[in-house]
Amino acid sequence: MELNQLTIHELQEKIKNGEASAVKITEAVFQRIEAVEEQVHSYIRLLKEEALVAASKADEVIKKGEIKPLTGIPIALKDIVCTKGIPTTCGSHILHNFVPPYDATVVEKLRDAGAVFVGKANMDEFAMGSSTETSYFGPTHNPWDLERIPGGSSGGSATAVAADECIASIGSDTGGSIRQPAALCGVVGLKPTYGRVSRFGLIAFASSLDQIGPFTKDVEDCAIMMNVLAGYDPKESTSVPAEVPDYRQFVGRDIKGWKIGIPKEYFIEGIDPEVNAAIQKTITVIEKCGGKCVEISLPHTEYCLAVYYIIAPAEASSNLARYDGVKYGFRVSDGRSLLDMYKRTRMQGFGAEVKRRIMIGTYALSAGYYDAYYGKASQVRALIKRDFEEAWKKCDVILTPTTPTPAFKIGEKTDSPLQMYLSDIFTISTNLAGIPGISVPCGFTSGGLPIGVQFLAGHFEEGKLIQIAAAYEKNAQIEKRRPKL
Amino acid sequence: MKLSIQEVEYVARLARLEITDKETEKFTAQLNDILGYIDKLNELNTAGVEPMSHAIAVTNAFREDRIVDSIGTEKALANAPDARGEFFRVQKVID
Amino acid sequence: MEFETVIGLEVHAQLLTDTKIFCGCSTKFGGAPNSHTCPVCLGMPGVLPVLNKKVVEFAMKMSLATNCEINKSCSFARKNYFYPDLPKGYQISQFAYPLSEHGYVFLDVDGAQKKIGLTRIHMEEDAGKLMHDEHNPVSYVDLNRAGVPLIEIVSEPDMRSPAEAADYLKRLHEILVYLEICDGNMEEGSFRCDANVSIRPMGQKEFGTRAELKNMNSFRNVQRALEYEIKRQQYLIESGGKVVQETRLWDDAQGASISMRSKEEAHDYRYFPDPDLVPILVDDAWVEKIRKELPELPLAKRERFLKDYHIPEYDAGVLTADKALAQYYEDVVKLCDKPKQASNWVMGDVLRFLNEDKLDIRQCPITAKDLADMIKLIEAGTISGKMAKDIITDMYKTGKPPQKIIEEKGLVQITDEGELAKTITAIIEANPAQLADYRGGKGKLFGFFVGQVMKATQGKANPQLVNDMLKKMLAG
Repeated sequence: MELNQLTIHELQEKIKNGEASAVKITEAVFQRIEAVEEQVHSYIRLLKEEALVAASKADEVIKKGEIKPLTGIPIALKDIVCTKGIPTTCGSHILHNFVPPYDATVVEKLRDAGAVFVGKANMDEFAMGSSTETSYFGPTHNPWDLERIPGGSSGGSATAVAADECIASIGSDTGGSIRQPAALCGVVGLKPTYGRVSRFGLIAFASSLDQIGPFTKDVEDCAIMMNVLAGYDPKESTSVPAEVPDYRQFVGRDIKGWKIGIPKEYFIEGIDPEVNAAIQKTITVIEKCGGKCVEISLPHTEYCLAVYYIIAPAEASSNLARYDGVKYGFRVSDGRSLLDMYKRTRMQGFGAEVKRRIMIGTYALSAGYYDAYYGKASQVRALIKRDFEEAWKKCDVILTPTTPTPAFKIGEKTDSPLQMYLSDIFTISTNLAGIPGISVPCGFTSGGLPIGVQFLAGHFEEGKLIQIAAAYEKNAQIEKRRPKL
Repeated sequence: MKLSIQEVEYVARLARLEITDKETEKFTAQLNDILGYIDKLNELNTAGVEPMSHAIAVTNAFREDRIVDSIGTEKALANAPDARGEFFRVQKVID
Repeated sequence: MEFETVIGLEVHAQLLTDTKIFCGCSTKFGGAPNSHTCPVCLGMPGVLPVLNKKVVEFAMKMSLATNCEINKSCSFARKNYFYPDLPKGYQISQFAYPLSEHGYVFLDVDGAQKKIGLTRIHMEEDAGKLMHDEHNPVSYVDLNRAGVPLIEIVSEPDMRSPAEAADYLKRLHEILVYLEICDGNMEEGSFRCDANVSIRPMGQKEFGTRAELKNMNSFRNVQRALEYEIKRQQYLIESGGKVVQETRLWDDAQGASISMRSKEEAHDYRYFPDPDLVPILVDDAWVEKIRKELPELPLAKRERFLKDYHIPEYDAGVLTADKALAQYYEDVVKLCDKPKQASNWVMGDVLRFLNEDKLDIRQCPITAKDLADMIKLIEAGTISGKMAKDIITDMYKTGKPPQKIIEEKGLVQITDEGELAKTITAIIEANPAQLADYRGGKGKLFGFFVGQVMKATQGKANPQLVNDMLKKMLAG
């Protein structure tokens, strides 16, 4: 096996034994990037020079024996987290040349833990999308089938891990943007509880829904990453001062006697039969592990879409008002007046999907509509949250497919409105309720496309997710394939 | 209850977006979709339900009144598309 | 037709915290443009606001000082609009859930107390500064001020005349400065006022259509602008027109207000709760802690001065206009126990000196102790009141205590009768003609003798004693 194909914990072993150096690991990653990046396009920007410098510094640290959780490990960062002195574009024309004078808190934490940054990963513009087709810098391709989407909006973060173009990566999830690409690319992706991981330095899409989370090759790596990422940040008012457990301790524990909630509103017509089959197999494995499946109901599931598509665009329309050509980013060079400059800068700077959501959000908040739209949606959101609180009385975790179908082709949107509906509701309820969710690979289609299973748990119960995901991973023994690139 | 073209143009002006006629048409259809969402939500009786603005109930997140170093004028202006001296420069508001 | 004026005022006060409301940048005035900034107040991508606790406490102080009810829970909202001095494209303010409501202050109107209601007080952030180029169609943005904390104080439409409005403003101003939460500088913009004005026929219950007045940057301007606006509305109605709801800018040079209607699309601010900030819970313990920190407020202090010191109302007003001045005065009184004299000397000579040099009481070279000592010396007869006028001038110029000046200049008042007798005798002997004339009936010559005695004693003779002794000795 090549060094870039290993997991964090495997590399940590090699580093400790002196079998691998940080520089060698980083070089292996960049060799892989040189070989496949043109096909996959995981990255908007590569940081090879900086990475090699960081890697040699890491080797000095290793020699001194001061190894930290991620010393020498090459990590990719979704281009939505601000990196000091390094352009951060959010996949958009309007920020194409923005260089933040500060680091996001998660970037500081990863750096302090010894991580080596490989590059800024590609994404849907302003995280709005689920296919990474809307990036100003061109689409990312699914390494399992280059004609297919990798999912989104954290497409590049998922493919970089899937294609071994990094060891692990960071993405963000507002309505499924970590979990869905994780499923479509065959990697592990976790969205933490709202307030678990700092949002400071995360370019905002929908402030009450956004969370940063890791993409990894296996569940143990996910726990390692969460140990570094999680924690209270005084720079974020919505950060929750809850203790961070050692997530690694949940790996290897059994799930005997656990009740696994199967929401009846999720298991309806429209799921691809191969996905369904894979999920059923998963349920069998879970039961073999000692888990007991119970049917539960999340009665307000059918309202999730309406709530999400009012709240998310409303918050986004406000968050994106700062992109006005005055202080940073793109500006039209020939503005005839302030108003003209504003309008044409934003027209040219934003892509179609972003503009669409700004229009929807602006409308939803405009005079006379607040109570009926945003206000009402906020009330229904409370009911959705309550559904989960009721569910936890009956089960320990909830199991659902992550996506109703495997990856579809680039440029093609599914014809089935039902599938569109399901692809949203599997993931958005999690963000609405603020609970954590993890997607774990659970098989492949006959065409070789990855399928993911999703586990959900209560607030701050990421430990439970790690536990069941690890137990499942160990017992499922999903065949370790690599994309043919 | 469908949106008129004027309403769509109003929204575009509020959002400082210049949109073409074709886009106006497209946006009109898409904004009308929201009305469908609203109809859906109105199926529910939410009387007495506290609107949820935060997933987790955090309150009183404060900082002390202590000065933290500013980044300085140079860094503040470093990304400006049009900086003049120590200022950001913009077109004048035309009355 | 007789009209009644209805005025409501919105005051924005910049708070004297060291740092901005949502970030740690300094609020200090001046400083190179855009130097007191950071990614947060610059509205850079990815940044988040964190609330300065002191802003809440200052706002609570004002709330308590104006008898408002502090809400147990309040929260922030976003007011969305585009302007170059508004970096995020929205202002963080409070909308549906302000910090406090239902307060009041009292004005003195024609000798009676009038209650003016305060609708609410809320916290918000200030915007930056936009400066227009005179020659080119460009503007310059300085974001030093962006994020400086403000409280907005909204009154009920309870004022019925420009004079009342000006008085209300002065009352608010005084309280803010006393609380040391705002420096109240209207010219510099740390204390700003917008007015809502309407008129209605006397006796009508419904309010007339109101106009909003902005850009009044002094108390005098506020009164002038209101007077103009009332006349304008009255004229409009009387000539058959209708008052339009609009914003008008006061142009002091022209002495008129200009309609901004052409620029107005009804501002659709799309208020919604700010998802990046969390609710503020204010419990009784916190309120009590703040209440204990309140200083004695101007009104209460004035009443106490009247009651305890028996000085005229006018004096009490002047002495309490500035908290430091009131403190100085009280320090003097504490040490000499002569409130009336202290009031005369402070309001007379001390303030006059300070005003001439444009100094503040805090910079006064005469300490309270020294002034008190001087007053005690007059009471003891060591110096006369007239002598004290010169001594106090020296005290101000040199900062020396009165005892030192008296010593250095040998200014002790002469009260020794024996010594005076000798002096008077000498003068009588030196002026036989005048003595004869005086004894002959020219009573006016008494003044001549007084003058001679004063001259001979360099003004140090006790005037009363000189009078008595001269009367006796001239009579023969």
